[in-house]
Amino acid sequence: MSINWYKYSAPATFYGLAGRLVPWFGGAAASLTVIGLYLSFFVAPTDFQQGEAYRVIFIHVPAAWMSMFIYLVMAAWAAVGLAFNTRLSFMMARALAPTGAMFTFVALWTGAFWGKPMWGAWWVWDARLTSELILLFLYVGIMALWAAIDDPRRGDKAGALLALIGAINVPIIYFSVKWWNTLHQGSSIKPSGTSMDEVMLAGMVVMAIAAWFYTIAVVFVRVRRIILERERHTEWVKHVLEGA
Amino acid sequence: MDSPPVLSAHDLACARGDRSLFVGMHFALAAGELLMVQGGNGQGKTSLLRLLTGLSSPAAGEVQWRGRAIGQTRETFHRDMAYLGHANGIKEDLTPVENLRFQAGLSGHAFDEPLAESTLRKLGLARCLDLPARVLSFGQRRRVALAGLLTAGALLWILDEPLTGLDVHGVALVESILRDHLNRGGLVVMTTHQALTLDGVAVRTLQVGRQEDA
Amino acid sequence: MLGFLLTVIRRDLLLAARRRGDWLTAQFFFVMVVSLFPLGIGPEPELLKRIAPGVVWVAATLASLLSLPRLFADDHRDGSLEQMLLSPEPAVLLALGKAVAHWLIYGIPLLIVAPVLGIQFALPAEAIGVLVLSLALGTPILSLLGAVGAALTLGLRGGGVLLTLLILPLYVPALIFGAGAVDAMLAGTGAEANLSLLGAFFVLSLIVAPWISAAALRVSME
Repeated sequence: MSINWYKYSAPATFYGLAGRLVPWFGGAAASLTVIGLYLSFFVAPTDFQQGEAYRVIFIHVPAAWMSMFIYLVMAAWAAVGLAFNTRLSFMMARALAPTGAMFTFVALWTGAFWGKPMWGAWWVWDARLTSELILLFLYVGIMALWAAIDDPRRGDKAGALLALIGAINVPIIYFSVKWWNTLHQGSSIKPSGTSMDEVMLAGMVVMAIAAWFYTIAVVFVRVRRIILERERHTEWVKHVLEGA
Repeated sequence: MDSPPVLSAHDLACARGDRSLFVGMHFALAAGELLMVQGGNGQGKTSLLRLLTGLSSPAAGEVQWRGRAIGQTRETFHRDMAYLGHANGIKEDLTPVENLRFQAGLSGHAFDEPLAESTLRKLGLARCLDLPARVLSFGQRRRVALAGLLTAGALLWILDEPLTGLDVHGVALVESILRDHLNRGGLVVMTTHQALTLDGVAVRTLQVGRQEDA
Repeated sequence: MLGFLLTVIRRDLLLAARRRGDWLTAQFFFVMVVSLFPLGIGPEPELLKRIAPGVVWVAATLASLLSLPRLFADDHRDGSLEQMLLSPEPAVLLALGKAVAHWLIYGIPLLIVAPVLGIQFALPAEAIGVLVLSLALGTPILSLLGAVGAALTLGLRGGGVLLTLLILPLYVPALIFGAGAVDAMLAGTGAEANLSLLGAFFVLSLIVAPWISAAALRVSME
């Protein structure tokens, strides 16, 4: 019975904890976004080569960082879930995927916006953009697999296995795309000069931290929803729903 | 009844999706005993049998073979166990003899062709030995699967509705097969909707599913 | 252990031999897809030569995806997959054996047809040699990674399309190194670098993929 209790109480405890943490992370994300945007659009100097258009990198670069980072975090939760059969880990993996896909999409979208003034084309087969595109395919594949499997236990594990083999593949894909790009001498995004302005870097880092806090807040909200759905037959969920 | 249990279940729980089928199930089965699993449709009979084979894992509790969890002694357990599910596990493009040959190869024991042929003959398939299973009737395919069970030489049989598709002679045949197996000290866990006459053997029954639902 | 592996492979080969129709479909699909490109693009030999490596490689991945959904599905339907998973032998050998059998049945014929397609696309002899070599190293990767997808989507509605969605991104490195080897040969820079990278990816897939397929099979059979 003790094992049973542990299993059933873990998501219940986390439900409450996550609920208390969401406003803090959400608030931090919002204020950091304001600071970051102020730095990016008012403090950071105009780039002498690219003019004002370069400012899209304050969104593009953090989004691209987050898209890859979230995939790795998701794969790590999946691995923990497979190793220890903890249900909460699978729920975390599921909750992370849509946000990761969103950031991948934002990175692609802003990349296109940047590409137009830079290269005169909305899309170029640049190594990083191409990797992002394939990363988006990986996210879509995992979410499609989750959507196709009705049984939550099978879905959790199948998605986790796919995330895992994807994570092993991501560095190889990234390398192969770079290799392909140099082979075909395609264009490549070069940050304007090696001496990036300190304010620019600060703006990007602040935006990246804001994106990270936003991710945590959104994932907690999503995990809470998944917990409620999965545990809707348990006493504590009935209690929560009646109380609300 | 006093012999030590060979197969046992401890505090077994099973869930399908988010529906709990049963919790806290216990049973112990000794050599020479048959466990008849009973319960209505959708109460978890097949789920229980699949738990016992190790194909799926329980939500809680464990199944033990000779006192060890089947997960830990998987290789030995699967050497000692034969399972006949709803599907026969027969390839339609292969003849009954070829089916049995691959079955032996896949479960890791030597193929005894004369034994396989005589078993198929005994089960009334003498005229079908060289035909692809695709042309056999449903009942005949079930008999091929039963022949596979007999030639596997396993100690524990887990049978999910073995009588489906069999005629009166087939049912009588299964009864005698079960009696022989149990008298030799074998174990059987099975489900069936049909009546079986099994005199002289130890039959236990196990009710699956919550009683209030029944 | 080896006996079990060989039995799995022999069984699939025999079953494929009894059902040649399915086997021929996949081969003709490959030839037809490749032959459609000149019709869509035009017959200039220089252009065809440029696109040949990519076209043949993309067609090879599609052809493998066409046959993959049935890798485990037939055995799942008639219950023999259950029986194989209940074998005392480890499931990873089953997954490996199925992938090897898939390559022998659907991969090798691609290697045999590829030179003919190379001639259609005006490839010089040494480039055709590299093309066959790259397919020889690359098609096993398609079977090994594809087996993971086939196991994950076993028994799902629309499993075939889903399989494509899951597995195509994973095929990217094989496609890049495989087609890149022929490209490099045509550009005169030598195919060794691409072929060694392809070989490394093959070895990695051989080591990792069967374990994940085996785990996926267990998950899908629960």
